[in-house]
Amino acid sequence: MSNQIQIPELDGTSLARYLWRQLTSMRTALILLLLLGVAAIPGSLFPQRTQNPMQVSDYFKNSPEQAEWLDRFWLFDVYGSPWFSAVYILLFISLIGCVLPRTIEHLKNARALPPATPKNLSRMEHFQQWSSNGSELETARAWFKKNRFRVLETEDSISAEKGFARETGNLFFHLALILVLVGISFSSLFGMRGEAILNVGERFVNNVTSYDSLTYGKLYRDSNLQDFMFTADNFVAKYNVLTGAPEDYTLDVSLLQGEKGILEKKTMKVNSPLTIGDTRIYLQANGYSPVVTVVDSQLNVAFQGPVPFLPQDSQLRSIGAIKAPDAEPAVGFVGSFLPTYERDGANGGISVYPEALNPRLLLAAWVGDLGLDSGTPQSVYRIDTSKMQQVGLKALKPGESFVYPGGVITFEGYVQWVNISFVTDPGKKFALLGAIVAIIGLLASLFTRRRRIWIRVGEKVEVAGLAKNAAPGLDEEITEFIQRLKGDK
Amino acid sequence: MSRSWAVISNYSIYSATAVFALSFIVHAIETAWAVKVPAAGKSSLDYTRNGRAARIATALMILGFLLLLVGVVARGISASRAPWGNMYEFSITGALAFSGAYLAALRKYDLRWLGLLVSVSVLLTLGTAITVLYVPSAPLVPALKSEWLIIHVSTAIISGGVFLLSNVIATAYLVLDRIESKGERNEWAKRLPSLEVLDQLSYRLVAFVFPLWTFSVVSGAIWAESAWGRYWGWDPKETWAFITWVAYAAYLHARVTIGWRGRRAAWLCLFAGSTFLFNYVYINIWGTGKHTYSGL
Repeated sequence: MSNQIQIPELDGTSLARYLWRQLTSMRTALILLLLLGVAAIPGSLFPQRTQNPMQVSDYFKNSPEQAEWLDRFWLFDVYGSPWFSAVYILLFISLIGCVLPRTIEHLKNARALPPATPKNLSRMEHFQQWSSNGSELETARAWFKKNRFRVLETEDSISAEKGFARETGNLFFHLALILVLVGISFSSLFGMRGEAILNVGERFVNNVTSYDSLTYGKLYRDSNLQDFMFTADNFVAKYNVLTGAPEDYTLDVSLLQGEKGILEKKTMKVNSPLTIGDTRIYLQANGYSPVVTVVDSQLNVAFQGPVPFLPQDSQLRSIGAIKAPDAEPAVGFVGSFLPTYERDGANGGISVYPEALNPRLLLAAWVGDLGLDSGTPQSVYRIDTSKMQQVGLKALKPGESFVYPGGVITFEGYVQWVNISFVTDPGKKFALLGAIVAIIGLLASLFTRRRRIWIRVGEKVEVAGLAKNAAPGLDEEITEFIQRLKGDK
Repeated sequence: MSRSWAVISNYSIYSATAVFALSFIVHAIETAWAVKVPAAGKSSLDYTRNGRAARIATALMILGFLLLLVGVVARGISASRAPWGNMYEFSITGALAFSGAYLAALRKYDLRWLGLLVSVSVLLTLGTAITVLYVPSAPLVPALKSEWLIIHVSTAIISGGVFLLSNVIATAYLVLDRIESKGERNEWAKRLPSLEVLDQLSYRLVAFVFPLWTFSVVSGAIWAESAWGRYWGWDPKETWAFITWVAYAAYLHARVTIGWRGRRAAWLCLFAGSTFLFNYVYINIWGTGKHTYSGL
C-alpha cells in the first residue's frame, strides 16, 4: 500500500463498489450487530402497540404531547419501525456479502489438499526430532487415516490437516440465520392472527365477523380462513386452595371442520393448543361474564345476555360495562364482578378467591347519552359518562334485581368466558429449521480446531504442528502422535 | 409428604448458606495470609500455610454445593415439578449453577484465587433469596406446566452461571491490568494468573456456553409458540435475551474475526454479561410482560 490515502474515483460503479466493501467489512458488521442490540432496547422501555395497545392509548391519554413525539420516532412500534428495519436489513446484507464469497471459496477448497510440508520444520511450533527407525512414515499414515486428517504425501514427508468443519459450521450458522429471517418474513406475508372472546356455551364460526380483532399478513386473503366451527362446551379452572393461584385451565370443545362435518370432542389447555390444518388455536385468558336482563320503563327487554368483564387482579375482581342504548331511557351500568365477595373495611367489596363461591355484582346505573353514535370507537369495558347522570348504586346476588329510576336490571347468574387466539404462521417451520441448523453450525465452528501436523523422515524423524486461531489442544495431540510413532503405546 | 420435603429443602438451603459463609471466611483468611508481608529477605510470598486454608475453603465450597443441590432437589420434590417456578427458585438454582461452574472449572484450572468472589456472590444470592424472595413451595401456574420448563430454564440458568463466571474473570482482568499499568502487581495479586490466561479463560467460558444460550433462547421460542401462540413477541424478557445474544455474538466476532484482546474484549464481555443481569433482576422484578413468574 502506498502512503497516500487512496480516494476512490467517484464514478458510479467504483462508488458502489467502495460502499459495498465498506458495508461488508467485518468492522461494519460488528457495529451493525451492536447497533441491533441497542436498537432493541427502547421496545422494552415503552409500551408497544403490538403487545400492549391499551397501555399505548393510556400513554396518549396521560401525556399526549410526549406520546406524539415518541410516536414520531416509532417508539411505540419499535420492531416494525423503519430505523429498526434499516439496522437489521443492512446487517443481513452485510452478512450475505460476507458469507457468500466465503461459501464459494470454501466449496472450492473442499477437495483441496493441504500445502506441502515446510522445508525447515525446526522453525515451526511444537517441533521435535529423534532418530528414525524407518517405519515412522507408515505409522504416521495409519494414524492420520484413523484420525481422519487430509494428507499430502511426498517421498519423505506427510503434511496433514484437519478441522474444515470449523469453517463449514461457521458458514452454516450464518446461512441458517438468513433462513430464520426468511421464515419470519414468510409469516408476515402469509400469516394470520386473530382473537375472540367466547362465552362458555357459545359457538365460534371461523369467519371474519366472529373475531374481536384480526390481522392478516400482506398476502393473506379472507378466503384463506379455514373452514371450521366449534362450541365451547365446558371450561374448568383449578386454583390452589391456599393462595388462589391458578393451577390448571381446561376447555372442552366440540369441533366441526371441513365439508365432511364430523363432530369431534377436543380438549384445550394452556400448553396444548388445538391444531386445525395450518391454524393453531390457543387458550389464552379467561374471566367471568355476568348474565343480566334489563327491562326499561316501557317494560321492553332492552338487553339480555352475558357480558364479559375484564379481570383486574389475581382473585378475578373484574370490571365491565353493560350498555342498553335502546332502553327508554338509555341506560348504562358500570359494574364490578366479585367471584368470592368479602367486605373489606378500607376498599369496600373485594374478591378473596378466583372461583365463584360467593359472587356479587356491584352496579352503578347511569342514565343519559351513551355516546355510541358519536363515531369515536369505545371500549366495551368502559362507559363514557360525560353526558350521563348517575342514578343509583347496588350490590346484587345472583337472582336479585335492582330497580333504578327508569327500569330494572336482574343479575341472573354468570358464565365464564375464554379468550382464544387463532394463529396461522406458515414461516415458523423455516425459522425452526434455521435455528436448529444454526445451533449445530455454531457447535461445529466453536468446538472444531483447525490444525496441521507435519512429519518428515530422513535420518531423523521431524515432527511439527500449527494450530490456527491459537486453539489449544494441539500439544496433547502431537504428544499422542509422537508416542505412537515411537511405539510407546 | 410434600410439606416435609419443603422443610428439608429449607433446612438444606439454610445450612448451605451457613457453609458458604464459612467458606467465605476461610477464603478471606487464605487471601489475608497471602497479603501478609513476607518475612524480611524473602522476595515472594510463602504459600505453604495457605495451601491448607485453600483446601479447607474448597472443601467447604463443595459441601455447600452439595447441600444446595439437596435443597434445590427437595424443593422440586415438594412441589412435584422442576424447581424453577419463581424468583426464589431461580436464585437458589442460579447459586447452584454458579458455584457448580466454579467447581467444575477448578478441576481444570487453579482458580482458587476466585473463591473469595464466588463464595461472597453465592452468599449474597442465597441471603437475598431467603430474606426477600422466599415464597412457599407451590404448584406451577398453567403456562409453566410444560416439559419445556426443564429444558428452557435449566439451560438459561447454566448459561447465566457461566456468563457470570466469565464476567468475574473479565473484571479480574481489568483490575489487574490497571494495577500492572501502574507498575508491578501487589503482593496479593501475584498469585493470580497472568493477564493472558485470564483473557483466554473468560473468552473460552463464553465460547463454551454461547451455543447453550442460543439453544436456551430457541427452546424458549418453541415453548412460547405452544403456550402463547407466537414464538417471538418482543416481550421484555425476550428482547433482553436477544440483546444478550447479540452482545455475546458481537464479542465472539470481535475476538475471533477482528482479533480483539485484552481490555477492549473484557469491557465488551462485561457489557454483554450486564445485559443478562439486567434481564434477570430488572425485568423479573419491575418489568412487565409475559415472563412475570417472580412471585413478587
